[in-house]
Parts: sequence; C-alpha cells; structure tokens
Amino acid sequence: MAQTQAGSVSLATAELELVKPRSRRREFTNSLVKNKGALIGLIILLILILAALSAPLITRYDPIEIDPPSRLLSPNRQHWFGTDVFGRDIYTRVIYGARISLPVGLIAVAISAIIGTTLGMIGGYYGKLVDGIIMRIVDIMLAFPNIMLALVVVAILGPNIRNVMIAVGIGGIPQYTRLVRGSVLSARELLYVEAARVVGVPEMKILFRHVLPNVIGPSVVLSTLSVGTAILAAAGLSFLGLGAQPPEPEWGSMLADGRRFLNTHWWVTTMPGVAIAITVLAVNMFGDGLRDILDPRLRT
Amino acid sequence: MLQYVRTRLLLTIPVLLGVSFIAFSILHLIPGDPATVLLGDMGGGAASGDMSEEALENIRRELGLDKPFLVQYVIYVGGVAQGDFGRSFQTNREVRGSVLEVLPYTLLLTVVGLGIAIIIGFALGIIAALKRNTWIDSLTMTFSLIGLSMPSFWLAFILIGIFSYRLGWLPSIGSAGIKTLILPSVTLGLVASGIIARLVRSTMLEVMRQEYVTTARSKGLGERAVVIRHALRNALIPVVTIVGLQFGTLLSGAVIIETVFARRGLGRLAVEAVLRRDYPLVQGTILVAALGYVLVNLLVDLAYAWIDPRIKYE
Repeated sequence: MAQTQAGSVSLATAELELVKPRSRRREFTNSLVKNKGALIGLIILLILILAALSAPLITRYDPIEIDPPSRLLSPNRQHWFGTDVFGRDIYTRVIYGARISLPVGLIAVAISAIIGTTLGMIGGYYGKLVDGIIMRIVDIMLAFPNIMLALVVVAILGPNIRNVMIAVGIGGIPQYTRLVRGSVLSARELLYVEAARVVGVPEMKILFRHVLPNVIGPSVVLSTLSVGTAILAAAGLSFLGLGAQPPEPEWGSMLADGRRFLNTHWWVTTMPGVAIAITVLAVNMFGDGLRDILDPRLRT
Repeated sequence: MLQYVRTRLLLTIPVLLGVSFIAFSILHLIPGDPATVLLGDMGGGAASGDMSEEALENIRRELGLDKPFLVQYVIYVGGVAQGDFGRSFQTNREVRGSVLEVLPYTLLLTVVGLGIAIIIGFALGIIAALKRNTWIDSLTMTFSLIGLSMPSFWLAFILIGIFSYRLGWLPSIGSAGIKTLILPSVTLGLVASGIIARLVRSTMLEVMRQEYVTTARSKGLGERAVVIRHALRNALIPVVTIVGLQFGTLLSGAVIIETVFARRGLGRLAVEAVLRRDYPLVQGTILVAALGYVLVNLLVDLAYAWIDPRIKYE
C-alpha cells in the first residue's frame, strides 16, 4: 500500500512538473519582456559581463603598463576615453575595471545572502535561545552605520579589494537574517512542515527541503537589489584607499587618482564615474523589475 | 507608553555592550601583536631589530595587554563609560579630544544633509504619488533611481567641477564657514533623497487608497485638504522610521563626503585612523558613530510610539 501511495504521489508530481515550470517560465519571460526597465537593465548587464569576459579581445592596450609620452590625452580615435596621468588608456582600464567590480559585487552579496539566510533559517526555525542569540548579534551589527562596519573589518584584515568584498559581505548579513527569519516563523507553522515533523523527517531535511523553498524568493529579490549597493560600497571603500590599490584598474580608485585633474582633464574621473553609475543603474533596474515580477509585496 | 520606553531602553543595553565589545576586539583580532604594531609605528619602523623584548613588555603593561582578555574588556568598557577611549598610537593624544573636536562638523553635515534629503525626497515623492502613472511620475522615479545608483564621490566631483571650478561660487575643500558646508551637504542630501522619494511615494499611494480618504473626498473636501489633512499626516508615520534609518546612510555617506571635500569630521578621522593603523582612534571613532546611530534609532522608535499610539512592544 505504501508503494502505491508513493507511486501515485510521484506520478502527481511528474504531471505537475510537466505543466507548471514551463508555463511559469514562459510567464516569467513574458513579464520580463513587458517590464521595459528590467529588460534594459538586463541587456546592459549582459553587455558589461561580455565586455569584462572578453576584455583582452576588445582593447589592444594594457590596463597597467605605463606609457609616459601619451599622458593625459583627451578622448580621441586611438584612446576613446582618453588617457590618464601615466598614459594608460582609460577605456581599457574601465573595461578591466568591470572584471573587478562585477565579481566583487556578486561575491559580496553571495556572502551576505548565504550566511544571512542560514542564520535566519536557524533562528526562525529553532526559536528560543538560538533565535535570541542570533537576533541580538544582528541587532549589534545593525547598530553600526554600514560603512563603519566595513571599516572595522578592513581595520582588522587590512586594506585590499578581497577584504573589502568580505567587509561589504558581512555588512549585508543582517538584512537577510531578518527577512528570512520572518518568513521561516510563518513557514514553520505550515501544515505540511508540521506533518513532516510528526512523521519524523530529520530537522535539517525539513529546513532545507520544506522550509527553504518558502523563503528563498524574497532572498533572491533582495540579493538582486543589493548587488548595486555592494558595488557602490566597494567602489567607495576603494575610493577612500581602503580597497583596491594602484595600479589596479578599479573604478573607485581610478576616481580617487583623477581627483587632482578634475579642473583640467575631466575625462580622467568622468569615465570611471559613468561606468559605476551605469553598472549600478542597470543592476537596480533589473532588480526592481525582478521584484515587481517575483514579489510585488516588497515594492517600495 | 512608559512601559514601552522602559523596555526599549533596556534593550539598548546589550546592544551597547556588544558594540563596545566589537570595538574592543579590533585590537585583538589584528594579525600579529598590538604591542609590536605600536612599537613599529612609533619609530622602530621596518627595522624590527630594535624591538627589544623589554620594550614590548613595557608597552604591553602600559596598554594592559598582559591582563586576561575579559579583564581587559571590563577595563575598556569602564574607561569608555567615563569617556576615556585611550590614546592615539600615532600622536599619543587622547582619542576623546580628537573625536569631540570633529564631532560637531559631522553632526552639522548630516543634519543639514538630512534636511535637504527630506525636502527633495518628500516633494518628489508626493508629486509622483499624486500624478501617478503620468510622465511626471516616471520622471521623478527615474531621478530617484539615478540618485540611488550614483556614487556620491562622483556626484561630488561633478558639483565641484561646476560650482567651484567653472563658476567659482563655492570652495571645493575645507570646513570653515557656511560656504564650505553647501556642496558637501547638497551632495549628501541628493544621494539620500532618491530612496526617500520612493518610500514617500509608495506610502502616499497606500494611504490614498484608504477608506477615510475616500470618505473625506465624498464629503466634499477639496483635493488639497484631502492630501494635506488626511493623507499626508498618516503617510508620515512609516516615513519617520525611514528617515531614522536614513540617518545611518547619511553617516556612512559622510565618511566619503568628508574625504572628498577634505572636511573635518568623524568619518574622515576614522578612515585616516584605519589607513594609519591607529587602532585606539579606530575604536573610538567607530564606537562614537555607533553610539550616535543607536541613540538616533532609539529616539526614532520613541517618536514612532508617540505618533502612533497603536504601537506597543510585544
């Protein structure tokens, strides 16, 4: 009897899988195409990623090697974005900069999302003392204005881009923990979760198989929306000299280097500035659209 | 209400202890021995040869590093509670003095920046909500999206380029006088106004759907009175929290803005301390920033409970 039951269940899920994901995916694609902002954001992002991947192919200059004779040239046919004080091609440095800023933003968000979601799930599910401890830690982290927490981490680990990534990642943890904990608190009471518990399914399995799918949606939306903030924060820390160090072609530190040419050679700071703004704008547009499609409740 | 205030105040204590613990731990989490770092910075330099064990031992005793970890923490918190944050590794100056000296500059910058952000954010948010789904709405929301995506340091550069270099109206750096305050606070305010505009718009839309707004309309009140007397007042409640949270963003923003405009302030002091590995100064600046933020959040929560009597602490 147990067997027939299992059989009919798997048949039912098979049918569901046949019908549901495909129509859902189509629905998702349709909404994405309809949501112009999200689509534009996605296209810009794809172009940026492509440019970052194929950097050596789309420029013939080196991002680091100096070339004194061609210092501070204004944008021209050889150097589309002009050159900096060391004669390096700014277009090349901006393209190579995407190789730093995009992964840094993504990995920082991954750090916050994975640790934050796990803590939120554990706290929300086990409640009581564990929850109390986790939430107090989160309260303490939230007591620091964002950049200050990053400063703490950089002060301990030392100033470089990898540590900035970790610092920004740690700073983002509390948001996920709070968001996920809330959803888990309600998911815990769901009938099928309770049923699984009654039948004796191991706790870890309940958490990851039954609870996680319920709380992952808002986390994904929050992640998309945080990538922009993370890129901005990392660029800001590099701008302050706490992240990427010269001669690395990082956008924030390029802006800091160009400070003294602000009055005389506008392109030195404008190009990396535009690069940051466009990247973050594209991420935000995509994230906004994704939120409207996946989770309209989070709309602000 | 009194009960709420009491609970809220009690809850602040563990947070403050945690914050001080984190600040305290910095010195113990850095790779290597703090005494070596201090001695190296004091002139030993790269030549670690002149770091005699005796000198290190003296410094350890002076800093209390020879005592057990928790004892050190208790001593540290005791000192902080009395306003003693230790002395700078670099200048041997009292950290309290350095922090108190720059604190008013940061407070002025963030408060004026917040004011600008609120004015712009509210104006845009209300207009967008009232002209929902028109080009005005799209325009204001695009503006706020750009505000959210713009690095503050680049915006600062643009404003410096226009108002300092091109027009020559305002100084590009410095902290003396009211003129040096304008560009930094406008930069800070513009960046924060984007998020405020969005939140004001969505709360306004939410409120405009409520029944009492329909009632107010149906009893023949003019649209102006409906918006100002009924909608806006209720939309203000969640916005108070948002503004409180924005204070943290502004404090973070001040770190960058103060550096760009070479302005005195807590943020710039903290960055310089990190870059110079002046750990007592790092601890002091970060601690004071966090204390300020906790205090603002406390006030916001209390204000929230005062405005909206429905709120109670469960």
